[in-house]
Amino acid sequence: MLNVLLQRELKLAWRRPAELANPLVFFLLVVSLFPFAVSPEPADLAKIAPGVLWVAALFANMLTLELFYRGDFEDGSLEQLMLVSQSPALIALSKALAQWLLCGLPLLLLSPLLALTLALPVEAWPALMASLLLGTPVFCLIGSVGMSLTVGLRRGAILLALLVLPLLIPVLIFGASAVTSASQGLPYNGQLAFMGALLMFTLALAPAAAGAALKVSISS
Amino acid sequence: MSSEFNSFAEFLAMGTHGFYVWLAYGVGLLVFLFLLLEPGWRRRQLRSRLQAFYRREQLDAQADAAARQPKASLE
Amino acid sequence: MAACTVPRLTQQESGMGTWTWFHKWGSPKWFYDISGRWMPWLFGLSALLFVYGLVQGLYISPPDYQQGHSVRIMYLHVPAAFLSMFIYVLMATASAVGYIWKMKFAPALAAAAAPIGACFTFLALFTGSVWGKPTWNTWWVWDARITSELILLFLYFGFMALRHAFDDIQTGDRAAGVLAMVGVINVPIIHFSVDWWYTLHQGATISRLSKPTIDSEMLIALLVMIVAHFLLFFGLLFRRARNEVLWRERQASWVRELVK
Repeated sequence: MLNVLLQRELKLAWRRPAELANPLVFFLLVVSLFPFAVSPEPADLAKIAPGVLWVAALFANMLTLELFYRGDFEDGSLEQLMLVSQSPALIALSKALAQWLLCGLPLLLLSPLLALTLALPVEAWPALMASLLLGTPVFCLIGSVGMSLTVGLRRGAILLALLVLPLLIPVLIFGASAVTSASQGLPYNGQLAFMGALLMFTLALAPAAAGAALKVSISS
Repeated sequence: MSSEFNSFAEFLAMGTHGFYVWLAYGVGLLVFLFLLLEPGWRRRQLRSRLQAFYRREQLDAQADAAARQPKASLE
Repeated sequence: MAACTVPRLTQQESGMGTWTWFHKWGSPKWFYDISGRWMPWLFGLSALLFVYGLVQGLYISPPDYQQGHSVRIMYLHVPAAFLSMFIYVLMATASAVGYIWKMKFAPALAAAAAPIGACFTFLALFTGSVWGKPTWNTWWVWDARITSELILLFLYFGFMALRHAFDDIQTGDRAAGVLAMVGVINVPIIHFSVDWWYTLHQGATISRLSKPTIDSEMLIALLVMIVAHFLLFFGLLFRRARNEVLWRERQASWVRELVK
């Protein structure tokens, strides 16, 4: 069932490649603003790089949430899906997974390039990618909960950010810290372990919550 | 009842920290006042909303009843 | 009057079985009646305790060896912080009860609790900041406790904003309820992460809001203030919740009778 749903999500999103490229451009743009705002000195940039990369990835990911929900909600397909599949949790999971494959993963792959522009030491790049690998799925999963709650609302975008960002602070803390530790030559296994645990925990609970949220949104 | 203060002036001064202590308790008092008074205002507002609601309900019911009256009364 | 939470079954009722008892317990009218009876006691007792606590805290108890008289802010800050977390858990529990067992007054209770919780969270933040100024000479500090409170404030705002975003009250309740349940699970995680993050950066000039050495007079003041705050909270909660219930149950005959 998940396969079928996932295939559908991927196929639909793939039809609009421009919309998929937007978050990547946004990621690049936001990161590029910091040298202008702070300083072009590599020493300064390297210090803020882990935080900037992580926050930019977080925002870029949040922007793509709408893609997977808005269209379906407006033309009634979301309701249809829920009638057909009997498991709203699975629908939410398939959307989160599709979002991660099409948006999270590209962000992850683009990150070394941006790390370069922010003078992040090469030693920290594996940490950056590992932490994003564990963190972006959590973005997508928690994002799916927030999006499911606000999909029926007319101006839900800012509300979505207000709901989701506080819940993602732990991921941000440990993810950015892993990269910072790595850039200082310190071990970062602890941070990654915590993020792994957080991912498992979120994977277990978020789909159910998002499913419940979908039921509420559709019923209105 | 012993106390730490020898005079009211000393009590207010709180040993150089007076501003902070009274600022904290002052804002605390404001918050408490708000929390205590606001439901009262809300209740009054609620009363008029409910009365308006029931009035409208009654009017709607009368209109429905009138609409269902046989037109013979007009002829 | 015993402050027990379990309504005692009369001779008649005990015959009707637990389901009726359960249902009666969930009825909004039952809640309205019982809260009305408890409120004067809650407010009265909390007022007495506040007087005692304030005298004890501001006047009788000694200043701290290191922090001086600014430590008296603790008698306002600590209860507010405790309440802010307690109220969130209560909000989430009420939402869960409303969601799972469909007890009608439960979402009203959650809706009523949220603004009160946000106010106490704000107060905890404000008093924490004011307490920090004489201690570390700065108005704002990303201390672990204060940062956690700030995030909690965001969670409260999210709950209230989401609930108000829906035109239909029931849908708003349920959506915000899901959010509260998700949030409450996250609160320990957020606490742990913020704590960890803070100790990581301990190298900075700022140190933890150190616990003052607790003198027995201080402890009495603190405990009395905590109890006073909690009683006040329940009084405030019942007042707001009654308003909520009246509006939600406006179609019911008992509300019409009351308003006439």
